[in-house]
Amino acid sequence: MLYDDIAAIATPPGEGGISIVRLSGYNVISKANKIFKAYKKEKELTNQAAYTLTLGWIIDEEGNILDEVLVTIMRSPHSYTGEDVVEINCHGGSIPARRCLEEVLKTGLRLAEPGEFTKRAFLNGRLDVSQAEAVIEIIRSKTDKGLKLALNQLTGKNSLIFNRLEDDLIRVNAMVEASLDFPDDVGDLDTAEALGLINNVLINIDKLLLAGERANIYREGIDIAICGKPNVGKSSLLNALLKKEKAIVTNIPGTTRDVIEDFINIKGIPVRLRDTAGIRLTDDLVERIGVERSRQVILDAELVIFILDVETGITVEDKEIFKAIDNNNVIVLVNKEDVEAKRITDGELTDLFGDTKIIRGSVKEDIGLEELEKTIEDLVLSGDVLYDNEEIMINLRQKNALLKAKKYLTDTLVLIEDLPLDCIGVDVWGALEAIGEITGKSLKEEVIDRIFTEFCIGK
Amino acid sequence: MVIYEAGAYDVIVIGAGHAGCEAALAAARLGCNTLLITLSMEGIALMPCNPSIGGPAKAQLVREIDALGGEMGINIDKANLQVRTINTGKGPAVQAIRAQADKYEYHQVMLKTLLTERNLHVLMAEVEEIEVSNYKVTSIITKTGARFLTKAIVVTSGTYLKGRIIVGDVAFDGGPGNQFPAVRLSDCLKELGFTMGRFKTGTPPRIDRKSVDFSKMVEQPGDDMDLRFSYITEPNQREQLSCWLTHSNTKTHALVMDNLDRAPMYTGAITGKGPRYCPSFEDKVVRFSHKDSHQLFIEPESRTTDEMYIQGLNTSLPEDVQIQVLHSIKGLENVRIIRTGYAIEYDYILPSQLKLTLETKNIAGLFTAGQINGTSGYEEAAAQGLIAGINAALQVQEKEPFVLKRNEAFIGVLIDDLLTGEIDEPYRLLTSRAEYRLLLRQDNADLRLTEIGRKIGLVDDYRWQIFQQKKAELEEEIDHLKKTTYTPADNFMTDFLKQKDSAALKDRTSLWDILKRPEITVNDYINLGLINTQTPSILEQIQIQSKYEGYINKQADQVKKFLKMENKKIPLNIKYEEVMSLSNEATHKLNQVRPTSIGQASRLFGVNPADINVLLIYLEKEKRK
Ligand SMILES: Nc1nc2c(ncn2[C@@H]2O[C@H](COP(=O)(O)OP(=O)(O)OP(=O)(O)O)[C@@H](O)[C@H]2O)c(=O)[nH]1
Ligand SMILES: [Mg+2]
Repeated sequence: MLYDDIAAIATPPGEGGISIVRLSGYNVISKANKIFKAYKKEKELTNQAAYTLTLGWIIDEEGNILDEVLVTIMRSPHSYTGEDVVEINCHGGSIPARRCLEEVLKTGLRLAEPGEFTKRAFLNGRLDVSQAEAVIEIIRSKTDKGLKLALNQLTGKNSLIFNRLEDDLIRVNAMVEASLDFPDDVGDLDTAEALGLINNVLINIDKLLLAGERANIYREGIDIAICGKPNVGKSSLLNALLKKEKAIVTNIPGTTRDVIEDFINIKGIPVRLRDTAGIRLTDDLVERIGVERSRQVILDAELVIFILDVETGITVEDKEIFKAIDNNNVIVLVNKEDVEAKRITDGELTDLFGDTKIIRGSVKEDIGLEELEKTIEDLVLSGDVLYDNEEIMINLRQKNALLKAKKYLTDTLVLIEDLPLDCIGVDVWGALEAIGEITGKSLKEEVIDRIFTEFCIGK
Repeated sequence: MVIYEAGAYDVIVIGAGHAGCEAALAAARLGCNTLLITLSMEGIALMPCNPSIGGPAKAQLVREIDALGGEMGINIDKANLQVRTINTGKGPAVQAIRAQADKYEYHQVMLKTLLTERNLHVLMAEVEEIEVSNYKVTSIITKTGARFLTKAIVVTSGTYLKGRIIVGDVAFDGGPGNQFPAVRLSDCLKELGFTMGRFKTGTPPRIDRKSVDFSKMVEQPGDDMDLRFSYITEPNQREQLSCWLTHSNTKTHALVMDNLDRAPMYTGAITGKGPRYCPSFEDKVVRFSHKDSHQLFIEPESRTTDEMYIQGLNTSLPEDVQIQVLHSIKGLENVRIIRTGYAIEYDYILPSQLKLTLETKNIAGLFTAGQINGTSGYEEAAAQGLIAGINAALQVQEKEPFVLKRNEAFIGVLIDDLLTGEIDEPYRLLTSRAEYRLLLRQDNADLRLTEIGRKIGLVDDYRWQIFQQKKAELEEEIDHLKKTTYTPADNFMTDFLKQKDSAALKDRTSLWDILKRPEITVNDYINLGLINTQTPSILEQIQIQSKYEGYINKQADQVKKFLKMENKKIPLNIKYEEVMSLSNEATHKLNQVRPTSIGQASRLFGVNPADINVLLIYLEKEKRK
């Protein structure tokens, strides 16, 4: 094996019809297969011939469906890079593609360097010698741009947290290494201090990850689906939030037959809002197709607003639908609170929904809608707000580096009492190297410098 | 001066310090007719600084030298006066033995080895000229007019090159320990086109044992164990001498501060850059002014003299201040100085001018090793001497050169760092410099390198036989532990684990895996008769290899990635100016160092990932042309 397995989003960022996640290497087909569930069981990726399209879902570790995808397989040497290549065609937008890529990376692939597919294509003889200069240009410009971006984002002038993190990590490394290399002068590691520093680093890594997540949400927005049985007021809610009559509203159950979507801004967060056909068992073919689509939209959504009708009370249908909502982010809206006949009690709600956020209101009378918007914001931006309120953009490469560092450090925390210091050194060093990937700096010399500035060493 | 033809040798080694001795012995043992030239017979294998060998990273070096068939380990085992293990409990990768040497005995044992070696001729002389024809060495000329023809030269001139000794406001030309400096050789190297730099190092005063009050100090005895560097020496039964610990105090520090205007480090009299890991005492007092005291170890220098070394007090303060400083220290109130502490400045050759074989890039057949290459430490010097000596011999015999990689040995880390790093202070090896240190332990140097040494021809039958026996026994024992398994139903194992407060088995488990548990040791297995061997070195291997298997495997995986880049070679004749899109900084650096592999190139300061990609594409294009 000449190279390791890599992956990246191959299509340009932004709203496109389809985003492609490309994988290249020599074990990518079996690795992709681990997170892929084919529509037809026998169509496992590993069994598929070259240049075939396979329909199925990308699933996460718990088996939850992330996206419906089409997967193309190419086998070495008949591919762009000359290696085995898997291309996962995700639904439009960058969010599904990014999620899919994150899942792919979990199977042990490395995020491709900028221009790396092209580089491999050339090195594996798939591009002509005459193209060498063009290839060099592509790689040069992509790498330079990539590095510059990375540096601007995390290490720009508002990079306090990152600098502190890097500094603490260098210090822990220096403490460990000084104790190993200069035992006469430095003595044993001050474990309490080291653990304190490691904990600080972990806290700051989490802050950055969270800030990054948030910045992503503000940049890329989220998908919200409105669902419920027919006639509860879904289309009315869509219209109310949009402040325009986008969907037809009637008192006839089954009015909405297809997914209706539009974009709005809730508390600064871009939202793709989708109204769905009310879900019920029906013989009407058109409506049945609509219901099927509703289910898919609910699956795809990052947040679901589930509407109940206080006039009809909670029915068997409601219970069935709620069961089908396989999503942690659900808000239950009990609608039509303006009517006299209220058939839903608080007790019923807690029995059925437990901790799920519940809002009572009326779309018609504009009651509870402000609370709904606030709740959406809270749910989406969960967690503490950064104390200095800065939003830091984090790209996937940086996120991966942070996660890698986090993994090393959590290992250290667990093992520091049981393992000798040289093994611990491997992990804290691993964390430092991961952080070094973000800035492109080699931190080894900085650790050695730190040993000499902070510890009095000398024969 | 009339120059006369004095003879011809395959290899000539200039300088008989720790690098020179290894280089000469290696070349001679590989069958080359070898000449070792020393400025003085007393200077052979001299320890002008601290009388100790080993410690973290350095013990690994000594063991590696030994496994390859070098001399340092054997020599110190015969000439020690105390041995200890450092870093016990901090893990196998950093555990290191350290010996205090009897410096006279060390010199004498080495002298005897040199003088009794077949193929080796020792000569006291000063080399004034290295003669070169067509960028290849041809001969050397001594001060007294002797010309020796040769095919290869190893220069191991230590700190002698334009050596200058400084004590307070007194300064004079001299090598370490007031030996003669080598004045002409440095100019000769400059004339051959080498860029030279200047470093500084220092040494503490030596004191008379009879004038020390040990009752005010803490005794530091040696470990009561059979500790040896070499894999083939016999146990050493001699009595161990103690070292002693005392401390400086605020009065000492005030004395230093009051006299800074007379300290050459601060008056500008010393220009060479000194090592940060070995600062002068005055430097420590100034930089760590918040510390009220510093540790000082009083170490015997020999079994046969009363001279003692003060570790932690290297200084170039004026002699009268040195005396006052000493008298302010507990236990040294009435101490008498035998030798005054001093700083020494010397020329070195910028190591980026070398190949991984330690041959210079410009002059074929010219090798350099040891402090002349900008390193410090006896062990670092010896390691380079061995590599240079081996490669000089291999070249004379027209054989493939010998290079150790970073994943194979600390020696590989050392030489690669020298060539690729920014060496702006005397270079000292640290375990932190080795990315794969869990693989490069002092306990497994023989397993890593004996076979390589045998192939080269330095490992004799005696060492080879000891090694093969150990290897066979180890493999058999590991096999036994891996194949012997127990089920949760097994009463014997269940009782044992319960007694050790260890969790019960869940599945069928091997003795090897059970040994991974922190609370289980090989000693338990010995007590229960579960293990056949009693050999300490085998038991040590088993314990380490099983307990740290996870981490060892982790590093082994990293090595695989590392080797991919290391194995991508860069042709020697590459013209970096022609590589399109390479940054100016990278082009400059690559031209200066001329790395031999992509891996090495990627470690150069100023060469970024984009440059490496550009290089890869360029190399592929050239290959297909
Ligand atoms: N009293 C009262 N009526 C409401 C409220 N919200 C919606 N309605 C009425 O409920 C009926 C159904 O509203 P829609 O918005 O079409 O309901 P839907 O859930 O989209 O229905 P389908 O598309 O058929 O699934 C309409 O007559 C609305 O005017 C409310 O807050 N109070
Ligand atoms: Mg509707």
